[in-house]
Amino acid sequence: MRQQIHRAWQLLITTLREIFDENAYARFLAREGIASSRCAYAAFQREREATVEKRPRCC
Amino acid sequence: MKSIVRVLVWTCVAAIGALSLATIAIHRGEPINAMWLVLAALCTYALGYRFYSKFVAAKVLALDPRRATPAERLENGRDFVPTNKWVVFGHHFAAIAGPGPLVGPVLAAQFGYLPGTIWILVGAVLGGCVQDFVVLLFSVRRDGKSLCQMAKEEIGKLGGFVAFVAVIAILIILLGLIALVVVNALKDSPWGVFTIAMTIPIALLMGVYLKYLRPGKVLETSLLGFVLVMLSVIGGQWVSRSPGIAGYFTLSASVLAILIIIYGFAASVLPVWLLLAPRDYLSTFVKLGTILILAAGIIAVRPILHMPALTRFIDGTGPIFAGSVFPFAFITIACGAISGFHSLISSGTTPKMITHETEARMVGYGAMLAESFVAIMATIAACTMMPGQYFAINSPAGIVGKTPEIATSTITSWGFPISATEMASLAKAVGEQNLFNRTGGAPAFAVGMAHIFANSLGGEALTAIWYHFAIMFEALFILTVLDAGTRVARFMLQEALGHLWQPLGRTSWYPSILTSSALIVGAWGYFLWQGVHDPVGGINSLWPLFGIANQLLAIVAFCVATTIIIKMNKARFAFVTIVPLCWLVAVTFTASYQKMFSSNPRIAFLTHAQTLVQQLNSTPAPAAAQAHQLSQLIFNDRFDALVNGILVLLVALIVASSAWEWLRVLSGRKAAEVKEAPFVPTRLGASPELEQEAVS
Repeated sequence: MRQQIHRAWQLLITTLREIFDENAYARFLAREGIASSRCAYAAFQREREATVEKRPRCC
Repeated sequence: MKSIVRVLVWTCVAAIGALSLATIAIHRGEPINAMWLVLAALCTYALGYRFYSKFVAAKVLALDPRRATPAERLENGRDFVPTNKWVVFGHHFAAIAGPGPLVGPVLAAQFGYLPGTIWILVGAVLGGCVQDFVVLLFSVRRDGKSLCQMAKEEIGKLGGFVAFVAVIAILIILLGLIALVVVNALKDSPWGVFTIAMTIPIALLMGVYLKYLRPGKVLETSLLGFVLVMLSVIGGQWVSRSPGIAGYFTLSASVLAILIIIYGFAASVLPVWLLLAPRDYLSTFVKLGTILILAAGIIAVRPILHMPALTRFIDGTGPIFAGSVFPFAFITIACGAISGFHSLISSGTTPKMITHETEARMVGYGAMLAESFVAIMATIAACTMMPGQYFAINSPAGIVGKTPEIATSTITSWGFPISATEMASLAKAVGEQNLFNRTGGAPAFAVGMAHIFANSLGGEALTAIWYHFAIMFEALFILTVLDAGTRVARFMLQEALGHLWQPLGRTSWYPSILTSSALIVGAWGYFLWQGVHDPVGGINSLWPLFGIANQLLAIVAFCVATTIIIKMNKARFAFVTIVPLCWLVAVTFTASYQKMFSSNPRIAFLTHAQTLVQQLNSTPAPAAAQAHQLSQLIFNDRFDALVNGILVLLVALIVASSAWEWLRVLSGRKAAEVKEAPFVPTRLGASPELEQEAVS
């Protein structure tokens, strides 16, 4: 039971991290082989800009 | 033994669902508990998901767990990323759930709770969910291509062009309309204006915090933003009670419209990290939390619905918008039942994250069911109010009268008793000076939501805080759609203008950004301005226009889906998309015809323009200022009729060209070739559970 609750919690956190682009940033850091920093996040935001800008939000 | 238990369980679900539906359908004359709607919805969704979506998945689409998806084949760590199905579900739901399923059902409640509820349930299970599911799957099988690209490939260049025009049109009308909803919710409301104004510096602060202080910590930043927003909601009460300061935030509809137009332009040209991205995060954070709290509140309070099942306004004489229950209930509620806009999301980022084809069912069909449930909650929130209050808030002054006494007397004469004193007490309880003529649905939803929240958390003392929390939630939501929508429309326009003159297609070239942003903001700003100065509130003309545009886009999506199903040699199952397609054609074409040519000037743009022309030409001639206003209204009516006519004509062309394509394929004159990406076996390994799900 405890394990199931833990797994559900992990899933919730992962979902929120995906929705809020934290996972995308982690993938970016892993892909570039760099640590998190202002410069790294600025580079991530530049790369992400095109995707975020063109992402429609439904009515 | 197991199968007997399963049969028994599903029989019970069906029986409870049938009982709940029968209760809400045949109950007359007495208020009923909202839990009947909740039960009917949950049972309908469970049956739809378990049986109908499984049928579509297995027989029509033949989902194949062994086939690699683009997320696997084209994985790049950016757009194409294999992702856990629950995570994709959450991501997709966050993208499709907007203000539409909250506002549409509130407006449609003028017919009573029954028409909207039935349409939300049946429309979602047989139409909206199917659309989202099939478009998502077809996009997955085409490397994540957009609806416009699929329309171009499967139906022809005309299909692609019509889809493009429909998307631009729907975006512009949508943005103008939702901006009008915000203006009507915030006019003469210092508390609301202060709270929403504060979200701009809060978003800017979040952008700076995220970029310079805590790079990448989006959840933490969103939580911080949420706390600041809640403080501004509470601080708004103080502002509204301070005569000196309240004056600065007490704004007329015209001033608010101008400010929103300026904001829309600024948000479109500012760097994404500074305003758009943090605001999007903040809005999503508040949205997900509020929807969950609202669901919990409804279940905890189990409110009574005071609105009758059917009102006298099903005959088309409704004060909020004119038009009979058919077709207008079905275009007023789009998001929550069938929304063409969802086909853009289903063919956007989501298909690039699906790990196994079989997961498209849960993400596409399942997320739309969740949105449909949001629409049911909005219906409940609106119908828990006393009908007199509901009509006093939502009816324009041009229909019910300008003073509280005249308005309440008119509404009481309709059979919905209400007094000016009662409305004054309600306004005081929610911290407003006046709640009359707040068309657009947002304030009515906020009042209903505040009642539900106050009864479950904090009591009546917190009603005003909850009301302004709800207004903040809706306005924040809407302004985020405004930011994102303006940018998306700007990109589409730049892409089109790039064909005329190449530099205009460069999305990073500032003259192009400024020109295209000005064109897009000017276009939706026109609709906003028109709505603000409409004597009957704007919603009467703009919401049906938006509903028609949205459903026309759904027609395009169903045409594309049907074409692909027929080309897959599954014509015998094409009814899953043809039935909702035929229904939407009947609804939207009837509504469009009535919006142009009905003899009732409250419904038809052209008939209304004709009556205004007669007023203009009457003797004695109207004064110069009135003549100018009449000329402007005549132009608006004719322009709306033209937009409506062009959209219908284009969609009629796409329906005709799709039908021609189906005939050619079915008669063997054209080879049934689908333009899917070639089959590549997955290396991620399909689990036995997925295999089982695909074949059963």
